[in-house]
Amino acid sequence: MTDEPRPNEMPTVRGDVSNLKLVSRATYIKEAALKNLFLLCAFMAVAGVALIFLFVGYRGWPIFTEVGLGDFLFGQEWLPTEGLFGILPLFVGSIVVTVGALLLGTPLAVGAAVFLSEIAPPKVRTIVRPAIELLAGVPSVVYGFFGLLILRPVVADLTGGLGFGPLTAWIILAIMIVPTIATLTEDALHSIPEGVREASYAMGATTWQTISRVLLPAAKIGIVDAVILGMGRAIGETMAVLMVVGNAPGFFRGMGAPLSTLTSQIVMDMPYASGMHRTALFGMAIILFLVSMGLVLTVRLLSRLREDVS
Amino acid sequence: MRDMKRTTNALALAVFWFAGLTTVFVLGAVILYVFVNGIGHISPEFIFGQPHGVNAEGGIWPMIVSTLYVTGLAMVIVTPIAVLAAVYLAEYAVQGRLVRTIRFAADTLAGVPSIVMGLFGLAFFVEGLGFGFSVLSGAFALSFLMLPIVMRTTEEAIRSVPRYIRWGSYGLGATKWQTVSRIVLPAAMPRIITGLILATGRAVGETAVVIFTMGTMINTPVLPTDPGRSMTVHLYMMAMEGINLPAAFGTALLLMAMILFFNLSARWLLRRNRRMQG
Repeated sequence: MTDEPRPNEMPTVRGDVSNLKLVSRATYIKEAALKNLFLLCAFMAVAGVALIFLFVGYRGWPIFTEVGLGDFLFGQEWLPTEGLFGILPLFVGSIVVTVGALLLGTPLAVGAAVFLSEIAPPKVRTIVRPAIELLAGVPSVVYGFFGLLILRPVVADLTGGLGFGPLTAWIILAIMIVPTIATLTEDALHSIPEGVREASYAMGATTWQTISRVLLPAAKIGIVDAVILGMGRAIGETMAVLMVVGNAPGFFRGMGAPLSTLTSQIVMDMPYASGMHRTALFGMAIILFLVSMGLVLTVRLLSRLREDVS
Repeated sequence: MRDMKRTTNALALAVFWFAGLTTVFVLGAVILYVFVNGIGHISPEFIFGQPHGVNAEGGIWPMIVSTLYVTGLAMVIVTPIAVLAAVYLAEYAVQGRLVRTIRFAADTLAGVPSIVMGLFGLAFFVEGLGFGFSVLSGAFALSFLMLPIVMRTTEEAIRSVPRYIRWGSYGLGATKWQTVSRIVLPAAMPRIITGLILATGRAVGETAVVIFTMGTMINTPVLPTDPGRSMTVHLYMMAMEGINLPAAFGTALLLMAMILFFNLSARWLLRRNRRMQG
């Protein structure tokens, strides 16, 4: 996701059409027109980002002017019926859910990636790798359903209460981000030259020593990339979290106590919200958009860093 | 000392085996659970029947139609744009600020949380352009979600076409577009289609986007301007209301089967292509 494909290295034919001097004028115009059409298509990605920012921003903007940035971002009460639109509890909820999921999911994902790339016999690999890819394809609403019916009762026994809360969300989200982190970590491990491993083994290192002292440090930036993208996935995840987290807009009160996040609150409130309440929900979407954009930006900066190192 | 080293190594390897197998186990558990609980409810009446009653007993045909309709339309919208965009990035673009901006935008688009995309669809297509809750709004919103995925896989597919094939074409006097359209794209086609199928699988499983753009009304859409309820939205509503769980399991199983079908066919296509080349 982060690696920029290398520039086209064809020596003779460059990207522009100005070196097409030997063709007829009609062909030249056609080629130039097509090139610009393709550019326009590629520009749709930029247009998409701009449109999202504009339209969600336009709807959400009044919350910053009428309620105020401070009261919106740092207000401690989310009580739309009484005109209190503080999203701090929801924001903290999102962070609690995301951090917990990362703590649970990252070791499992990195472990699975190391297993796949360094340890698994080819036969096992041909089973495990597709399984991880399929795990990424399961819709989030199915994970939510699974969590609601299977995990929630187990968590309820553990913590008391109904089992709606951060713990259930952590486990479900951890399962959901494992494929993201694992595949990207595996890519990072793959890009380490084989000679590095051979050198380590030649000096008498065991597999574990090679992994822990040579390979993981070498893949460090790639793994950080993977974790950040997993984080983006977790913070933006909506349906699965919504179905198991309990949706009580308040601060963290324990692993088994209902909580709410930015994403889940938007889905819960949107069907009936009106006026400033609705504006606040769009304002929350802006915040989510900015956070996800910030994460993408971080990954890009990291990959530039990696290029500098190598 | 040496024993210690060996024990540590064995222990560490065991941990990695555990991590790898846990992942497979979790996938197996999710699939098995949905399968065991859902298979008893799958029948022709369930697939092709109309729902009735307050708890939506009966079939889920309208939801299946809505899901396939909105996904198909989104694919029709996104395919030409995404493929041509990838052609630009892979064949025409000269590295520079413009290309960097496009790549950053595509990455950002890929990272946008689906709920934000849903609200955007609501603000832009449903209300701004006046499409209302409809298959059309849902398809446009989904196409924004699919755009970066298809762009990336297509670009990789185009870049994997060996360079000398292009040189052969240029050597015969072909123009850039002739080379791209008759040589490069046909050669990259299997992998492009694989990417499209994978993006379609993503779109079929999407909930937060379609719930705010296509609505929740149980309806068999005929025109693109009709509203509908996707299978994912149906599953969500049945699960949250806790009524009619058998139908929820049946829907979940069908949904998983569809996505599994998409993923496996993409995989099969890729493998067949590799075998033909290699």
